[in-house]
Amino acid sequence: MANIRLVDLRHSYAAAPRDDGDYALKRMTIDWADGGAYALLGPSGCGKTTLLNIISGLVTPSEGKVLFDERDVTALSPEQRNIAQVFQFPVIYDTMTVYDNLAFPLRNRGVAEGAIDTRVREIAAMLDLDAMLPKRASGLPADGKQKISLGRGLVRSDVNVIMFDEPLTVIDPHLKWVLRSKLKELHQQVGATMIYVTHDQTEALTFADQVVVMHDGAVVQIGTPIDLFERPQHTFVGHFIGSPGMNLLPCTIENGMAHFDGIAIETRARPKVPAGASKFEIGVRPEFVRFADEGIPVRIAKVSDAGRFHIVESRHGDTAINLLVAEGTALPADTAHIRLDPAHTQVYADGWAVT
Amino acid sequence: MLSVFCRIAFQGSEASVGTMSIELKSVAKRVGNETHIHETDLTLNEGGFNILLGTTLAGKTTLMQIMAGLERPTEGRVFFNGKDVTGVSVQKRNVSMVYQQFINYPAMTVYENIASPLRVGRVPAPQIRDRVHRIAEILKLAPMLDRRPSQLSGGQQQRTALARALVKDADLVLLDEPLANLDYKLREELREELPRLFADRHCTVVYATTEPTEALLLGGHTATLHAGRVTQFGETAKVYRRPTDLRTAQVFSDPPINTAPLRKDRGQFILTGDVRWPAEGRYAALPDGSYTLGIRPHHITPAAPAQNAAEIDGRVLISEISGSETTVHFEVEESTWVSLSHGVHPFRVGERARLFIDTGHCFLFDREDRLVAA
Repeated sequence: MANIRLVDLRHSYAAAPRDDGDYALKRMTIDWADGGAYALLGPSGCGKTTLLNIISGLVTPSEGKVLFDERDVTALSPEQRNIAQVFQFPVIYDTMTVYDNLAFPLRNRGVAEGAIDTRVREIAAMLDLDAMLPKRASGLPADGKQKISLGRGLVRSDVNVIMFDEPLTVIDPHLKWVLRSKLKELHQQVGATMIYVTHDQTEALTFADQVVVMHDGAVVQIGTPIDLFERPQHTFVGHFIGSPGMNLLPCTIENGMAHFDGIAIETRARPKVPAGASKFEIGVRPEFVRFADEGIPVRIAKVSDAGRFHIVESRHGDTAINLLVAEGTALPADTAHIRLDPAHTQVYADGWAVT
Repeated sequence: MLSVFCRIAFQGSEASVGTMSIELKSVAKRVGNETHIHETDLTLNEGGFNILLGTTLAGKTTLMQIMAGLERPTEGRVFFNGKDVTGVSVQKRNVSMVYQQFINYPAMTVYENIASPLRVGRVPAPQIRDRVHRIAEILKLAPMLDRRPSQLSGGQQQRTALARALVKDADLVLLDEPLANLDYKLREELREELPRLFADRHCTVVYATTEPTEALLLGGHTATLHAGRVTQFGETAKVYRRPTDLRTAQVFSDPPINTAPLRKDRGQFILTGDVRWPAEGRYAALPDGSYTLGIRPHHITPAAPAQNAAEIDGRVLISEISGSETTVHFEVEESTWVSLSHGVHPFRVGERARLFIDTGHCFLFDREDRLVAA
């Protein structure tokens, strides 16, 4: 296992990039600690696959270095980097048994059969594949095949990093739970550095200790799931994580305090307004908005029943403000007042948190 | 013979003036020795979404293909607005279908893709232009009409497929997991838009999904499917809150509903030796005996509810924190339970955990897995 450092990395697919817009990856420096569970989260086209391919060696960055334990591997091929990868769709040999599929990466490396047997059985036990070992892989359902793919990724104990590229895409929701839990458990047992690429916030937040959020080729925040939820550093993080995402209310700053449509709003801290900032917004998640006797007057536009909670869409003028309300709570009919929890209300200047 | 024919024709024209509907009467589908769809009676009407909820291979797609006329049922009849269409091919039914994979003509522009069903239907050119532009406006495709599908994002490609399905006034629109291949946020956006798109249309909409939350948020009516059987059909929120049987409760729960054997004995429910609670209120009248308890994960929490709580101790297997919610998988005497609670509650794997069952929110099922109390 290794500590992975990306130093002053930048990448463009254009032959002669001129400005920032030509870069699929903007300049970044990231440290991935040995044994950490990381997620790389962002929408399609945000650059996460480019970043993954740079770590695995499929893409050579235009600028910067990739270091595995301080060793420069930037020029090395994927094979020379000693990594394991699990892809979106199962990559297995249909004609082989489950056992031979799991043993394959070890046999390839010339590991002794005795040691292979021990390891294959260990991994099979972790993934509940014990009973399947003598069976042909072709007969298994999609989730069974993807489990073999996961097993093949995990079977070698000498890899620097295991990378998962949207590994649960083909899995039904009720089985996703099982496999996601399994993966988390495996991380604790195996202790390998794992990088999990996904556009799915639930998968990222439940798998990773640290989540790297990407937007437009740049890293906008690296943090624990709680950081990303409670203190989004950028409006994109607030929007992308959480369902529905963070509410954004246009505001002005007067006497060091945020005002929404003339109403003073108490925030987490006094905003530190950077010089030259032009656009100010108040950000608060639907989880931290409540109905109250006084506060911002709103009318109720729509209520959606999501089972354990209701999503209430309220409006003040043209501004939509969502609330999440627990199942069984009485809801106002037409008009109401709402209050934002100050501890979870932030001010953003040109997209970046300033409280 | 003639009179029968006239009657059917009359029914058909009468129904088309009224509301749109699709009706399956004793429909079954067998392939060789396998039964893909067991005998099914189901009537879906216009107005709101009709959701088919079930896991992969539950029979959602087969059912839709029978509705579309792409597959012929081995038994039973299919009625369209009251008219028997069982043997009628898909071309002769006025149906639109959208699939999970974005299916567009790669060599055509977005405009031509959207216009294609109208050209097939020989709609006059000026009308085609109007209708394509109108639907493109609604689906935010207006700036992309000259592009080819390969130059679009996944979300835009699926919008194009949706536009093609919407541009002709189909009697029946079948949406087979249309959002499954989209990014999380795009899915949220389109899920919001979809019901609005169909709000003022005169057609029956059927929507297949594997996701309980998606079904709830789309509202309308839901048919839960399991292993080729419709287990329940009704208003979505009612099916969720009052599943008539254990299978429906399982299909309509994500994370999975907790189930365990439960005994009622002289006014008490007994889960295990020391987890017991009084059978009160609507549970009081149940006869003594054996039941299956069903309890949704969000009704097992680390903090005791204000009333009706039974403490349950277990060993933590997995703990997941999503930022706003905590999920704990824990083990009690060999059986696994899941708790989902609001807020952040740190649990360490392997430690003993105290959790509380909200005994006011229990589903109880009898020996035949039928709901007897909720």
